Amino acid sequence: MASTPPSSLPSSSPSASSTPSSSALHLAVALDGAGWHPAAWREPVARPRELLTAGYWAGLVTEAERGLLDFVTIEDGLGLQSSHFTEPDGRTDQVRGRLDAVLIAARVAPLTRHIGLVPTVVATHTEPFHISKAIATLDYVSTGRAGLRVQVSARQNEAAHFGRRTFPRFDIEDLDTPAVREVTTDLFDEAADYVEAVRRLWDSWEDDAEIRDVATGRFIDRDKLHYIDFEGRHFSVKGPSITPRPPQGQPVVSALAHQSTPFQLVGRSADIGYVTPHDLDQARAIVDEIRAAQTAAGRAGDTLHIFADLLVFLDDDPGTAAARRERLDSLAGHPYTGDARVFTGTPAQLADLLLELRQAGLSGFRLRPAVVGHDLPQITRGLVPELQRRDAFRRAYEADTLRGLLGLTRPANRYAAATV
Amino acid sequence: MSKPLKQIHLAAHFPGVNNTTVWSDPEAGSHIEFSSFAHFARTAERAKFDFLFLAEGLRLREQGGKIYDLDVVGRPDTFAILTALAAVTDRLGLTGTINSTFNEPYEVARQFASLDHLSDGRAAWNVVTSWDAFTGENFRRGGFLPQGERYSRAKEFLATANELFDSWRGDEIVADQQAGTFLRDARAGAFVHKGQHFEIEGQFNVPRSPQGRPVIFQAGDSDDGREFAAAGADAIFSRYSTLKEGQAFYTDVKGRLARYGRTHDQLLILPAATFVLGDTDAEARELAREVRRQQVSGATAIKHLEFVWNRDLSAYDPDGPLPDIDPDLGEHTIARGRAQVRMYRDPLATAREWRERAAANNWSIRDLVIETGSRQSFVGSPATVAETIDSFVQADASDGFILVPHITPGGLDAFADTVVPLLQERGVFRTEYEGTTLRDHLGLAHPDADAPGERVAS
Repeated sequence: MASTPPSSLPSSSPSASSTPSSSALHLAVALDGAGWHPAAWREPVARPRELLTAGYWAGLVTEAERGLLDFVTIEDGLGLQSSHFTEPDGRTDQVRGRLDAVLIAARVAPLTRHIGLVPTVVATHTEPFHISKAIATLDYVSTGRAGLRVQVSARQNEAAHFGRRTFPRFDIEDLDTPAVREVTTDLFDEAADYVEAVRRLWDSWEDDAEIRDVATGRFIDRDKLHYIDFEGRHFSVKGPSITPRPPQGQPVVSALAHQSTPFQLVGRSADIGYVTPHDLDQARAIVDEIRAAQTAAGRAGDTLHIFADLLVFLDDDPGTAAARRERLDSLAGHPYTGDARVFTGTPAQLADLLLELRQAGLSGFRLRPAVVGHDLPQITRGLVPELQRRDAFRRAYEADTLRGLLGLTRPANRYAAATV
Repeated sequence: MSKPLKQIHLAAHFPGVNNTTVWSDPEAGSHIEFSSFAHFARTAERAKFDFLFLAEGLRLREQGGKIYDLDVVGRPDTFAILTALAAVTDRLGLTGTINSTFNEPYEVARQFASLDHLSDGRAAWNVVTSWDAFTGENFRRGGFLPQGERYSRAKEFLATANELFDSWRGDEIVADQQAGTFLRDARAGAFVHKGQHFEIEGQFNVPRSPQGRPVIFQAGDSDDGREFAAAGADAIFSRYSTLKEGQAFYTDVKGRLARYGRTHDQLLILPAATFVLGDTDAEARELAREVRRQQVSGATAIKHLEFVWNRDLSAYDPDGPLPDIDPDLGEHTIARGRAQVRMYRDPLATAREWRERAAANNWSIRDLVIETGSRQSFVGSPATVAETIDSFVQADASDGFILVPHITPGGLDAFADTVVPLLQERGVFRTEYEGTTLRDHLGLAHPDADAPGERVAS
């Protein structure tokens, strides 16, 4: 497999019947516990006692695949969930406890065939060598559908779980102070190094390194394995990887970004950036800033998708959706607010909004279901058919790999290219 | 009435990156593709094995400053592949080696707890200690530990992980949708650990898993290793597959348990074992000879000699006599990332002994390596192999075996189809899984987080 390029990339399969029109958008769904609203777990559909079971996650990802979505992301963190931006909240009225996202993705991979699997990885406290082989392995077990969402953590409590570094205490209002800026810039620089090390490790085996040459007794051609010799400010990695180059060559790297520092990370290092515009103008400004960062990083020619995140309450009529949101807000004790715009309405209204926002130059959307048991099927069985009617979404999976679905070609190996 | 027959425990080790794995056989498949692992796991489960085992490597091996290219090279990530295998099996235990040096307790504990949840209670951890600075070059820690601190860190790592596993009792999640109470206790998962190697505190974020804690395996034959296993492991891997050595090891390790207030059935002894099957014993012996020739090519024989000699021996003829020069006793620079190197603690004595044996038997270098390094544990017809395995277990040379086939991924198929039914007929191996978790298969109690003495003091 590692030596075989994906069989059907959109660019090489111009068949009009199976390829969505040029106006097709990409859709992902962000999975997190019972849903993104803190009271989601109290809905009858929520199954809150099953959040830590394989069956629960298999059901969600299978439903997303039924809707032909490009991929799911799986949230994660190295501490208990919290309603507070930077520290634990000690609450007992919301879902607490979660499983490792990479392992959830690996568990559902053999049960699905087409959908991309993009777990969250915390760069601040984990090892690029371990994550590189874990995501490469996810790519093997899913036969080419792996990605990762890289995240940083400046939480003091999470740092204390590792005991290797400390961070100053701060609130969301302090993000623009010089001291906090210095911390976050450093964390995102480290994350960029992390992604670079991970990407080099994926390339550290050439695709045809395994030769099984019985005549000479050589299993590999060692000249096709490469030391990556990554040296950064926070870590260094020698390489090569222990795991051969994964089926996609480079699994898909993504990151959520709200402001300039993370926009730089997206521009420098990612294949997909998730952003949180609240209107068309804001979306345009964000897209411009990321494109500038991309150009500044010398990647103007690379495909870099920008997806807008929206939290969604979807029902067949707008009043029902609004009433549901009010009911959940009242259960939670306060109106829901978050980083992303909250949409409340029908799938058709959401389709209108997506097509409008897309004019800012967005490639697609990552939808955060308010209540996953309710809003995910609304996406797959309501929104998707609506977008298909408008010729704005695929009618069948047209590629076998996540890169294929996203129109990303399988990249050449940087080390192979260097030795030609 | 004689004493009841001991029940045999069987596990399967996916063939790894050493010369035991015959990649040149036309039947050898991929050792990376998931289909290989799925086939292997399904075979083991069809045969009602206790568990599947995966070893780990964190740096590609080198010899003479170059990546070693004669054996299978490369493997997938242990956690990701075991968790994916949970999707294609229902009962088989899933055991992985995870190093305690190049990981942090919080992360490893949450990975094992996640695997245990996602497999409905089938996770096991083979705790190993560091290799060296060579491996450390792939990690932030960069580090490695002096020999004396390896077990000290491993012990504290395991104790810390147990504190994290035990930080949830298992009844905290009430998820009362009407009352709006998700957690009974806001401090669920709280822990504080201040020790020599780790100073960490906070809240563990994976609630208690089906097995409470993963089953703990330990490998390692030093006195420290045996003591570490006696103190806290559920099973120990050994490499003694002959009857006498096995019995000596068994007696020694089981004898250490009482000191820790533990009984003989709380620590299983499971040697690694290879096998070659034939329709008749004679056919199996012939096949075994062929397999050994495949495992030890001339080039492989020279490389194995270099583990001991610590010199470049590429100028020697593998079909000729052993080198008459002595091993280089300086720092070992020829072979790196090799566990075998540490097995020869006195290279001069080993070299002398090998020369004498080769001269006495008229062995070439390759003959010597074949004779000393690649003996199969069980060779014979299915009836002979079943009989031998059973007799070893009944004679307390082990509690069972971890079988390592030499072919990926079909090397277990014949054993499952021919030997297992004979063991079942003898009444010494299960015909169905009696329980659902790995602890059930191994006859181990489920740990209670509240039991006195169970929690390690911080």
